[in-house]
Amino acid sequence: MMWQVELHSRFGHQQSAFELDIAFTSNSQRLVLFGPSGAGKTQTLMMMAGLNTPQHGRVVFNDKILLDSQSGVHLPARVRGLGYVFQDYALFPHLTVRQNIGFALHEGWLNPPPSHKDPSVNHWIEVFQLEAVANLYPEQISGGQRQRTALARALVSQPEALLLDEPFAAMDRPLRLRLRSELLQLQAELSLPMVLITHDEEDMQAFAQEVIQVDNGKVVSDSSPSD
Amino acid sequence: MDSAWVALALTLKVAGWATAINLLMGVAVGYTLSRWRFRGRDVIDAVLTLPMVLPPTVLGYYLLVLLGRHGAVGQWLQQNLGIQLIFTWQGAVIAASVVAFPLVFKSARAAFENVEPSLEQAARVLGLSEAAVFFRITLPLAWRGILSGTLLAFARATGEFGATLMVAGSIVGETQTLSIAVYEAVQAGQDQTANFLVLVTSVSCLALLLSAGYLAPGRIAGQAQRGDR
Repeated sequence: MMWQVELHSRFGHQQSAFELDIAFTSNSQRLVLFGPSGAGKTQTLMMMAGLNTPQHGRVVFNDKILLDSQSGVHLPARVRGLGYVFQDYALFPHLTVRQNIGFALHEGWLNPPPSHKDPSVNHWIEVFQLEAVANLYPEQISGGQRQRTALARALVSQPEALLLDEPFAAMDRPLRLRLRSELLQLQAELSLPMVLITHDEEDMQAFAQEVIQVDNGKVVSDSSPSD
Repeated sequence: MDSAWVALALTLKVAGWATAINLLMGVAVGYTLSRWRFRGRDVIDAVLTLPMVLPPTVLGYYLLVLLGRHGAVGQWLQQNLGIQLIFTWQGAVIAASVVAFPLVFKSARAAFENVEPSLEQAARVLGLSEAAVFFRITLPLAWRGILSGTLLAFARATGEFGATLMVAGSIVGETQTLSIAVYEAVQAGQDQTANFLVLVTSVSCLALLLSAGYLAPGRIAGQAQRGDR
C-alpha cells in the first residue's frame, strides 16, 4: 500500500470542538482529498507532511513509517521526503524566484546567493518557463508564475511524493484549466505520487484517480471519480 | 568644550554597549515570547515592559538595591569576581540597557509575530533544521522591525539620565554622559557649555531618529510595491 493514514485529533473546547478522525489507505498516484472548506483536509495534509501532529495516529508511505504515535515514531517534516505546495504558495518574499527554487539545495544557515546556478535549478526554471522572471521577487510575478515557482521549489529536492493544498484556488478559469493540465502532464512524466486537496468538483474530476471525500473531519466515501 | 567631546564619546560608548546587549537579549526574548505559549508569558512581558513606564529614578533605585555593595547581585560579583558596578561606566551601561530594553524586545516580538507561519513551515518541509529556519527565514523577515527598534533603543540609551545618575553617578570622563553633563553645567551656571552640550545632544538624537525612520517597516512596504506587476 502506498498510503496508510490514520489520524485522530480534537481541536478547541466543548461546543466549538472539532474532531478530526481520518482513516484511509490508497495505492493511487493521483489521490484527491475532496470536501467543503473546514472539513479538515488541510489539517490532514499537514499531518501527513509532519507540519502538524495529531493526538494519535499513523502515517505510512511506501512501507516507510513517518508517524506512529503508538510506537513513538514521529519523523520531522524535514526528513519525510515529501514535497508540499501551500495554498498561498508560501514563497519566500525576501528571495528571488531563482533563490526560492534553489532553497532546498543550499544547506547551512545562509540562503543561496541570487547568482547561484545549480543545474537542477536551471532545469526547473526551464521546464516551468520562468527564465524571464528568475531574478524577480515573488510579489513581482503573476499568480500562475507563483504557482510554478512553488512547484519547482518543491520538485528540486526530488521528493518521493508531492502534497498540494488547493493549488488552483486563487485562479481564474482559463489559468486554472491550463495549470491543471500542466500538473497532470508533469505527474505522468515523473510518475510522482501526488495528493491534492480541493473543494472544486471540476478539479477533482479532472485530476483524481481516487477520491477520498471528507466532511466534518471524517471520511465520507472512498471511490474512483467514475463511480 | 573638550569636556563635551569626552562626554559625547562616553555617551556613545555606553549607548553602544547597551544597544549591543539589548539587541542580543531583545531578539532572544522577543523570539521566545512570540513563539512559545507558557504560563506566565503575559506577566514576563509586563515586567520586561515596566522600564518603559516606571520613572527612571525608580529603576535606578531598583538597580542600586540589586547591584549595590549590599545587593544580592552586587555582593556576589564583589566577592567572587572582584567586580564593582556602582559608579563605573559599566554600571551606566546596565542602567541604559534596562531603560532601553522594552524598545528592542517589543519591536522584536512584534516583528517575529508578523512573520507568516506558513513560510517557516515551507522551509521545514524543504529540509531545514529549526536553527536554519530561524537564520534563513524568520530573522531576515523580522530584521527591519528589529533594527528600527534597536535604533530607537540606541537613541533612548543616549538620552538616559535618571537611572544612570543614580547607579553610576557623575564622574567626569568616567560616568558623566552628555545628559548628565548638561545637568551639571546648568547647575554650575556654565551657560555656554550647557548650550554646546545641548546642541551636540540634539543633533545626534535627530540623526538617529532620521535613520530609524528610514528603516521603519512602512518604507520597506512602499519599496516592495514598486514591482512590475
